[in-house]
This record gives sequence, structure tokens and C-alpha cells, in this order.
Amino acid sequence: MSNKLLMNHKKEFLLFGGLFAIILLIMAFMGTAYGLRMLVEAACYAIIAFGLTIQWGYAGLFNAGIMGFMAMGAFVTMLFSFPVNEQFWSSGLAGDLGSVLLKLIIGIVLIVGSIKITRFGVPKKAQQAVTLVLIGVVYLVYMNALAPVADSIEKEVGFIGGFGLPSWLGWVVGGIAAGLIAYFVGHICLGLRSDYLAIATLGISEIIKAFLKNADWLTNGTLTVSPLPWPTPGAADLGFIMARASYLSLTALVIALIFFLLTRAYNAPWGRMLRAIRDNEVSSLAMGKDVNKRRLEVFVFGSFLMGVGGAILATFNGLFDPNGYIPLNHTFLIWVMVILGGAGNNLGTLFGAVFVYIIWTMSEPAALFVFDIIRNIGDSVGWEAPQDLDSRALQARVFVIGLTISLVLRYAPKGVIPEKVARHG
Amino acid sequence: MNELVFFINKVLISGAVIGSIYAMGAIGVTLIFSILRFAHFAHGDLMTTGAFVTLFLTAMFPEAGHAVGLPTAFVMMPFAMVITSFLAIGLDKAFYKPLREANVKPVVMVMASIGVTLMLQGVVRIFFGTSSRNLFVDDRKEIFRLELPWELASRKIIITEPQVLLFVFTIVAVVALHYFLTRSRLGKAMRATSDNADLARISGINTKTVVTVTWVIAGCLATAAGTLLSLDVALKPDLSFQILLPIFAAAIVGGVGHPYGAVIGGFVVGFAETLAVFNWAILLRPLEKAYEWDLPSNLALVPTEYKITVPFFILIAILVLKPTGILKGQVL
Repeated sequence: MSNKLLMNHKKEFLLFGGLFAIILLIMAFMGTAYGLRMLVEAACYAIIAFGLTIQWGYAGLFNAGIMGFMAMGAFVTMLFSFPVNEQFWSSGLAGDLGSVLLKLIIGIVLIVGSIKITRFGVPKKAQQAVTLVLIGVVYLVYMNALAPVADSIEKEVGFIGGFGLPSWLGWVVGGIAAGLIAYFVGHICLGLRSDYLAIATLGISEIIKAFLKNADWLTNGTLTVSPLPWPTPGAADLGFIMARASYLSLTALVIALIFFLLTRAYNAPWGRMLRAIRDNEVSSLAMGKDVNKRRLEVFVFGSFLMGVGGAILATFNGLFDPNGYIPLNHTFLIWVMVILGGAGNNLGTLFGAVFVYIIWTMSEPAALFVFDIIRNIGDSVGWEAPQDLDSRALQARVFVIGLTISLVLRYAPKGVIPEKVARHG
Repeated sequence: MNELVFFINKVLISGAVIGSIYAMGAIGVTLIFSILRFAHFAHGDLMTTGAFVTLFLTAMFPEAGHAVGLPTAFVMMPFAMVITSFLAIGLDKAFYKPLREANVKPVVMVMASIGVTLMLQGVVRIFFGTSSRNLFVDDRKEIFRLELPWELASRKIIITEPQVLLFVFTIVAVVALHYFLTRSRLGKAMRATSDNADLARISGINTKTVVTVTWVIAGCLATAAGTLLSLDVALKPDLSFQILLPIFAAAIVGGVGHPYGAVIGGFVVGFAETLAVFNWAILLRPLEKAYEWDLPSNLALVPTEYKITVPFFILIAILVLKPTGILKGQVL
């Protein structure tokens, strides 16, 4: 039995064995604490990659805004877990902010209500006009109410601080927040052609970043927030190695849970339906499947995982820095992980995430090293290297990521551990 | 009166400038969208690349502009357009054509274009660095200050030479494209392919030529847009994703597959952006004095740092209300 398992999954064993050897090598050369940090970060990326693999691999949905969902998760976990800012809550500003939020909630209820008035026989054109006007009015009222409150919060107390709740609660709510945004985007774009979803997600991620960067009263903006408390004992109590190891075991637990649930879902009727939709939309429609609803489910669920992953990553780094989110590191790197590892195959995604993350971290010193050689060669032939050669060297990695995407799409579109299509009969 | 001049400077002129840029980008995107059937995410970086090719040529021949009395970069732009068109065709041959022939889904093509965008970004930054550049190497930007004949207007209307060149070029390009698409054989073939690629092929249209011409037009207009935008402000290597969203919004607002729609969409998005971030309090100030209102000092609809939300919400609105766009484009 075990022999058969080995024979059937020879490639997987080889790949993961090789990966394990690389990790051991890195730990031996760079120190255990460094290796552990890299593994925890890789684990967080793996959670995000799982989110993408169900969107892209299971359902064929293109999400170009992973960065935004990650940042959203990170922001919510910061808001929940950061210590309470007593100064803010004891001043009158909390009440002022509350009344602004109340206005916003009333406004949103009104807008949602106006969308539903078609049920009472109002023509759709009239409903759209009413809704548009309402959105405009609510927006202006809300902006005018918020501006003075936000200003005085920034001047008097910095930012509103957190709620001082446990981190894991922030992770879950962060995921839910990301899922809600995904619901909003998906609801609009999933019925249209697939490219529109890509454009819309790209836009929403830039907007989330702009919001988190500029809403200083809420997020402390570019001043960043640190340190975020850990759910496990910190380095001060246990030392770096043990603290990181315990955090790693926590993330490993989360991954194991997600992996188990995803594998169940993949093999369940729901997963089969998704793959049927992905592979032949028309015939699934003919079978009476609700294509858009399934897609919306999977898009929201995948974005939930991205939010959770982003949240766990931010907590581990102990830092919330909205400026640190850039599309390359937080969207396209994850794309490479998923398509290289094997979209739609959970094991492949896990492998891709850890492997690509290791390569990515190693590539920074490697790029600097290569460009240093170029500089030396240049010096010897009398070519003067530009001043900012080091920052250019890091840009070489952008090129490599792009080249990898192109080559994988062309030569190995299924990734190193391809999805196994079950054949019956 | 001065307030009105300020409005003209801040809204009409800058809206027209950014609108022309978006329009030229959106024409390329909409043609690729309708003929090759995918959203070309590398268009922003194609613009940057084109502008850097111009910069390279300008640095090589800094004197060329003096001979004709125009900025050197503008004189070098046609050469850069040719080079970038070849580059675009090369990129198509290397990265898109194999996928097209393997008959992949359109989404995979979108991914491939993201791969291309990252490669272009990487190459541009390796060779030109990450800081912004000035396209005026050996000459200076000329600024025209137009005085108004009225006494109350002491401020002047300010327009720069690159802006004038941009307007002229946009008009010429759109008219030329119009005649090309409606009068020439090749242009008609392009429109036929965009309407129905299979039908076009069986009626004897050489779709390969059509694809090549599409890339040439897209590459030329992207180069022009990138160069003229950089002439007006500065050449930034990190333009790509910031400019991609308004361009796509413009193409979709105008109706995918319609070059004229793309032009309209470009100006709609451009003016919407400038109107949204314009501080209306300035325009209302004379009224404020006359009627003794108490207006806040800042009455912009959208704070400048949230400018990117404007094209996004235009996009969302058009997708909800009229997904085909103004000119009834294709929703595939």
C-alpha cells in the first residue's frame, strides 16, 4: 500500500523532499531564526495562494487585486488587535466619529433601499436615477461630516488606535472584510466577460491602498503602526527561535485546516460543479447550474483567504505599513506561485508558494551580487556604472517575474504538479 | 473673471491634455480588445517604453530640434513610433501568438500581457533607472501666456508648447485613423475582423496582416501618448498601473471596439478627473463675496490623493448601467 502511494506520487515526494533539503540548507547557512522567519512568511503567502488557487484553479476567475485584499485583512487585524488609544476614547471625538458613522449607515441603508424599490413597481430607469442621486447626496453629506472630525482626530490624538482584541479575531474579521469587498466587485463584474473582473480588481486594490495610505485618522497613514501584538508569546519571552517556531506551528495549523477543507470541497459536488463551469460554461448552464452564483461564492471565499493570509502576515511582521503594499510583491508574486506550482492542485500550490517565496527572498542578494560583478567588469573596461545600480539590480527581479509568467504559460501551463483530472469508467 | 481664467487653466486645459492622452491609449486598447479579444494590460508600459525610446533618441541627437524649431523629443517621436511598433509586433510574435495558436481562453492572454508588462517594466528600469527624467535634453519648454482682452482678467491663460503639440497631434491622429478605417481596404478589413473574426477569415481577409496593423497602430499611439505626456510633465518609469485603469475605463465607457468611442471615453474620463479634483470654492468666491455666504475653503468633490477612484467609479457605473458603453460596443 505504502509502496503504491510512493509510486503514484513519486514526483510530489521528490519535489517536497528537494524543498525540505533547500530549507535545511538555508537554516544551516543563514541561521535557524532567519530560516524560521522565511518559513512563516512563506506559510502566509501559501494561505493567500490557496485563495488564488480556488479562484483561478477551481473556477478560472482572474483576480489582479490580491494586494488590496491582503491590505484590507492587515488593516482590520491592526484595528482589532492594536492596543486601545485611551486618549481618543476619553475625548469627545469618539462620539463625533460615532455620529458620522451613524450618518453613513443610514445613507447606505437608504441606497440599498432605493435599489429595492423596483419591487414596488417603480420602473428600472427611475430606480437607477434615484439611486445615483442618493449616492451623490450621501457621499457629499458623509464627506462634509467626516472632514472636521478626521482633522481634529489627527491633530489631537494621532489616530483612533485599535480595539485591543485578540489577533485571531482580527484575522477572521479581516478575511470577512476582504470577502465583503469581493462580493461588491464580483456582484457587478462576474456576469460580464472575464477581463472586466481583472480590470475591476486591479482598480479596487489601488483604491484600497490609496484609502489606507491617506486616511490618517483611521490607519495612521504612512507613519505606519507597530508593534502589532502576537497571538503567541513574543521574542522577549521565548527568544527569537522559539517565538517564531510557535508562530510557525500556529500558521501550519491554519494551513492544515484550510488544506483539509479545500480538498474536501474540491472533491465534493460543489467542487465538481465549479470545474464543470470552468471547463465548459455553456454546458453547465444547460445543466441548470447557477454559474454566476457559484462564481461569486468562490470569488468571495478566495478573497476571504487572501484577507486572512494578509492579516497573519501583518501580525507576524508586527507592522502595518500601507505604503509597503506593491502589486509586484503582493499580487504577481502570488500569481507566479500558483501557476508555477499548479493551479487547481492544492499540493502544487503549497509547493509553489514555499518554493517561489524562498527563491524570491534569495534573489535579492543574488541580484545585488550579479550586478556587483557587472560593476566590477565595467570598472575594468572603463565603463562608469550609474549611481543607483543597486536599486536597478532589484528591478531585474521584476523582469524575471514577468519572464517566468510568460514562460510558464507557454511551456508548462499546468504547473509542476498539475491538477489531476479524475476519470471515471 | 480671474476665477474663470483659473478654471480654464485648471480644468479645461488640463482636462483636455489628460483626456487626449487617455484617448490615444484607449484607441490602442480598444482595437486590441476587439481584434485580438483580450484586455491588454501591458499598454501602460508600452507607453512608458515608447517614451523611453524617444528619450534615448533625443539624447543621441540633441540638436535635431533646432533645425525645425520644435522640441527635439517631438521631432524624434516618429522614429520612436516606428521602433516601438516593431517592438510591439515582436512581443506579439514571442508571447501572444503562440498562446493564440494554442487557442487558450482570453483570460490566459490577459495573464500573458501581465507577464509582458512586468518584463517591459524591468527592462526600462534596469536601463534607465527608477527616477523621473526630463525629455528636454538640450532645449527648454516654451510656455505661452495668453492675455485676455477684458480688464477684469489680470491672470493669463497658460498653455505650454507640448500641450499645443499634443492637441494638434491628437486631432491629426484621430482624423487620419478615421480615414484609414473608413476609406482604406486594410482599415475596412480591420473593422470586419473586429465585428466577426471567423466571418472575416472565410471571406478572404488576411487576419495576420490585420493583427500586425493593429499592433502598429497601438504601438504608435502608445508611443505618442507616452512621449507627449512626458513632455508635458516628466517621464516617470512607474506610470503603468496608474494609467491603466483610466485607459480601460475610457475604452469601456466608449464601447469596446469603437475607436471614436475610445476618444469620447478618454475625454469623459479626463474631464471627470479634473472636474472631480477641482476646488469649486475658487469659482464660487465672487458669489460668496456678493451674497456673504460662508463657504469652506476646499470644495473639491474628491481629494486629489483619491483621484484614482474617479475612473474606477466611472467604470463601475458604466458596467452597472450600460455595459455596452456609449457607442454600443461588444460585451463578449
